Amino acid sequence: MNLTLHVWRQKGPQDKGKLVTYPAPNVDSDMSFLEMLDEINDELIRKGEDPIAFDHDCREGICGMCSQVVNGRPHGHQERTTVCQLHMRQFNDGDEIFVEPWRAKAFPIQKDLIVDRSSMDVIMQAGGYVSCHTGGVPDGNTFPIPKKVADYAMDAAECIGCGACIAACPNSSAMLFTSAKVAQLAALPQGKPEARKRVQAMTKALLDEGFGNCTNHYECEAACPKGISVKFIAKLNREYLKSMIPSSTAEPV
Amino acid sequence: MILDGKAPTGPIETSWDRHRFDMKLVNPSNKRKYKILVVGTGLAGGAAAASLGELGYNVEAFCYQDSPRRAHSIGAQGGINAAKNYPSDGDSIYRLFYDTVKGGDFRSREADVWRLAQVSNNIIDQCVAQGVPFARDYAGYLDNRSFGGAQVSRTFYARGQTGQQLLLGAYSALSRQIKNGSVKMFARREMLDLVVVDGVAKGITCRNLLTGEIESYWGDAVILASGGYVNVFYLSTNAMGSSVTAIWKATKKGAYMANPCYTQIHPTCIPVHGTHQSKLTLMSESLRNDGRIWVPKDAANCEKHPNDIPDEDRDYYLERKYPSFGNLAPRDISSRSAKEACDDGRGVGDGKRGVYLDFAAAIKRVGQKTIEERYGNLFEMYEKITDENGYERPMRIYPAPHYNMGGLWVDYECQSNIPGLFVLGEANFSVHGANRLGASALMQGLADGYFVIPYTIAPYLASLKNPGAVKEDHPEFKKSAEEVEAQMDRLLSIKGKKTVMDIHRELGHVMWENVGMARSKESLEEALKRIPEIRDEFWNNVNVPGESKSINQQLENAWRLADFLEFAEMMTYDALNREESCGGHFRVEHQTDEGEAMRDDENFTYVAAWEFKGVGNKPELHKEPLKFENIKLAVRSYK
Ligand SMILES: Cc1cc2nc3c(=O)[nH]c(=O)nc-3n(C[C@H](O)[C@H](O)[C@H](O)COP(=O)(O)OP(=O)(O)OC[C@H]3O[C@@H](n4cnc5c(N)ncnc54)[C@H](O)[C@@H]3O)c2cc1C
Ligand code: SF4
Ligand code: FES
Repeated sequence: MNLTLHVWRQKGPQDKGKLVTYPAPNVDSDMSFLEMLDEINDELIRKGEDPIAFDHDCREGICGMCSQVVNGRPHGHQERTTVCQLHMRQFNDGDEIFVEPWRAKAFPIQKDLIVDRSSMDVIMQAGGYVSCHTGGVPDGNTFPIPKKVADYAMDAAECIGCGACIAACPNSSAMLFTSAKVAQLAALPQGKPEARKRVQAMTKALLDEGFGNCTNHYECEAACPKGISVKFIAKLNREYLKSMIPSSTAEPV
Repeated sequence: MILDGKAPTGPIETSWDRHRFDMKLVNPSNKRKYKILVVGTGLAGGAAAASLGELGYNVEAFCYQDSPRRAHSIGAQGGINAAKNYPSDGDSIYRLFYDTVKGGDFRSREADVWRLAQVSNNIIDQCVAQGVPFARDYAGYLDNRSFGGAQVSRTFYARGQTGQQLLLGAYSALSRQIKNGSVKMFARREMLDLVVVDGVAKGITCRNLLTGEIESYWGDAVILASGGYVNVFYLSTNAMGSSVTAIWKATKKGAYMANPCYTQIHPTCIPVHGTHQSKLTLMSESLRNDGRIWVPKDAANCEKHPNDIPDEDRDYYLERKYPSFGNLAPRDISSRSAKEACDDGRGVGDGKRGVYLDFAAAIKRVGQKTIEERYGNLFEMYEKITDENGYERPMRIYPAPHYNMGGLWVDYECQSNIPGLFVLGEANFSVHGANRLGASALMQGLADGYFVIPYTIAPYLASLKNPGAVKEDHPEFKKSAEEVEAQMDRLLSIKGKKTVMDIHRELGHVMWENVGMARSKESLEEALKRIPEIRDEFWNNVNVPGESKSINQQLENAWRLADFLEFAEMMTYDALNREESCGGHFRVEHQTDEGEAMRDDENFTYVAAWEFKGVGNKPELHKEPLKFENIKLAVRSYK
């Protein structure tokens, strides 16, 4: 099929950037979206032009590195699919496709489609862990964890940290991403002792890093390639409220 | 030279405990005087950086992705082994040790494998404590499955995303140390040289991938945990950025490369389609627990719809050749059998390079719903990529390069022959011999990072008289940075006609055809002829656009390929030297009448450690003889 691409080109963080149009002839429907871009880049190089810069690594939908807004939707229109797993058979001959970077105040553009997502690491560093030491922990089967709880924690833990939820949110809120980690650890016995501290620290970091508030648009869930549910945001809110109760009166955890 | 792995002697069961006691410790209040560089923050490097930081050392960690959470370990699906024996089905540390030595076709060091098996149990405890959501049974206890042909259920898993969950566990521990200030994280940095001062590793030279600046970092010790190199085949299941660069730069500075020809070709990958493909996708081999592998008996039937081929016209070749293991035969054997079937003209799909993996019988037996529960995400992935429904017609699979057992040579303490240079995870050669068992790479990465290096680095550090004496102002750092700059300039100035991708494809093709699943003297000599030609073409006719002082992904790909083009030759020399078939290394000259691999224990029970002697020159071979004192050398049979 033959397509026309409009791709965001921006030389560096300080440049203004603009959409540039490229023809994409003879696209094979079995190609992935990124393979299609590889071909365009190969053509650009042969013509002596600067190829399009974009982040990617695993190309299997698991590392969370790829990050492109395709036709206005983070990772494109196919549900529960990262852009590296989006295949060209999802498009039709003659389509015009707009390709842009994640846009959010906390994600400065570095070049073309590459943005800086280190603020998401900062949120994790604020408390996205259990403070156990290496070694000196009990046998893995010491505390049975009901299957339902383990499955719930796993549902939350599937987040790949791509940032699509933030790119999709009108407020650039990082609530879905943050809540997934808060909910995973708050559900498990290992994570409970630090649950109050964690939710407070991570919520604070999220605001400090320039992410917006959640006003229940739920665009995040729709954009999430891993189907992370907004029910975890409700869980975060409950955990946050719980953490505000002075510890002497707090329900035992 | 005869190398000494310095493995402890005496009873194997107490070898690690005794060695741990014998090693020097670093006084707690002195730890902060030492700086350790960790290149790579996958399972091995991430776990090491977090643990060393927690102990009180100053750690600086590096990765090329934008965050340590994205290392290639994230892609592992199937699971991680441990000798917990929770199901009480006969497992033990000794059995895991035995299976690993045997599975590796008797080409690994016994003491290293013992240690791995011993600490495997600690890993599970550690990960559970971190909040890794392993699968559990209805009573709430950890669930296990049998994996990759093991006869016990010792594999722990987290849905189809075990690597992801383990890596996020290590990442969380690392994040905690970053917050505490004991680890400084440098993301989007690529190590492009090892700095060696008076024969000792003292630092690294990196390129900042955002600004293009060349940066120097000093350390009292350098740890490489940079992952695997099978992208030398171009198409593989590794991440796009996985490369040999970090360990190759160390090789060029004098570190020995051990057994580079031991590569693992994984049997259950989605076959290549078309010519534009950029990578291959693995599907967890847990699929082999329920799927039956076959090709048509008659090549004339290959074009038919598989459901129109009656059972009697199908060749379930693994079940036929290996009745006791059947579809669960080890990876090297399954992969080679698939290749044989296709070489025989009986392959299916694009270019007739595929075999069927059929779930019809399993669906009939347990119902589609159960199959969906077990493998739903894999069927979904298969459909996304191929546009075919695996429930309705058999999947097509073909082997693909996946993992390397070879890597930098290290002694029992994970130290290379360059003092101060330590190597962990897939980047070293240590425990898997000539073939790795499923679910054992994750185990090794975390063992090395959490439970080995925190101990074994101490004697080296304690022996240093003057920690911190060599810093970035040492002339060797300047020299190294200038050399790296010069290489960048050279790459950017060629401005030839071919793209990096074109040339990488060519190299991959030569390696896959000649140094792939079946190797012969002729094919290896052909590769040794072709590789320097492709390398010449690269240095004369590649077109790397853009400039060096900004983001330049083509430049990144170019230097990675430049290193593959040198490394490929060493890998081929190794394959040519090893006149036997063992594990993943199959020399067609050395097989039984039935086509099974034939080892030559008398002449090849050694680790081949290669010393770099200049680009285009034959490397020099050093040997570390292997002794088997606990497990008797035997023919690996899966009949
Ligand atoms: C698809 C797939 C599925 C797998 N499934 C399983 C499984 O089920 N069970 C199992 O046991 N094993 C599995 N494996 C193997 C296993 O995942 C890997 O062997 C293991 O994760 C490697 O870990 P590592 O820490 O050594 O390296 P990696 O995770 O590859 O990490 C390498 C690190 O080094 C960094 N790096 C590399 N080069 C440089 C450089 N020059 N400068 C700076 N940084 C650098 C990277 O940024 C990264 O942080 C699988 C592998 C693949 C490909
Ligand atoms: S919640 Fe979903 S969209 Fe957001 S970072 Fe995680 S995986 Fe990406
Ligand atoms: S490249 Fe890894 S998720 Fe897309």
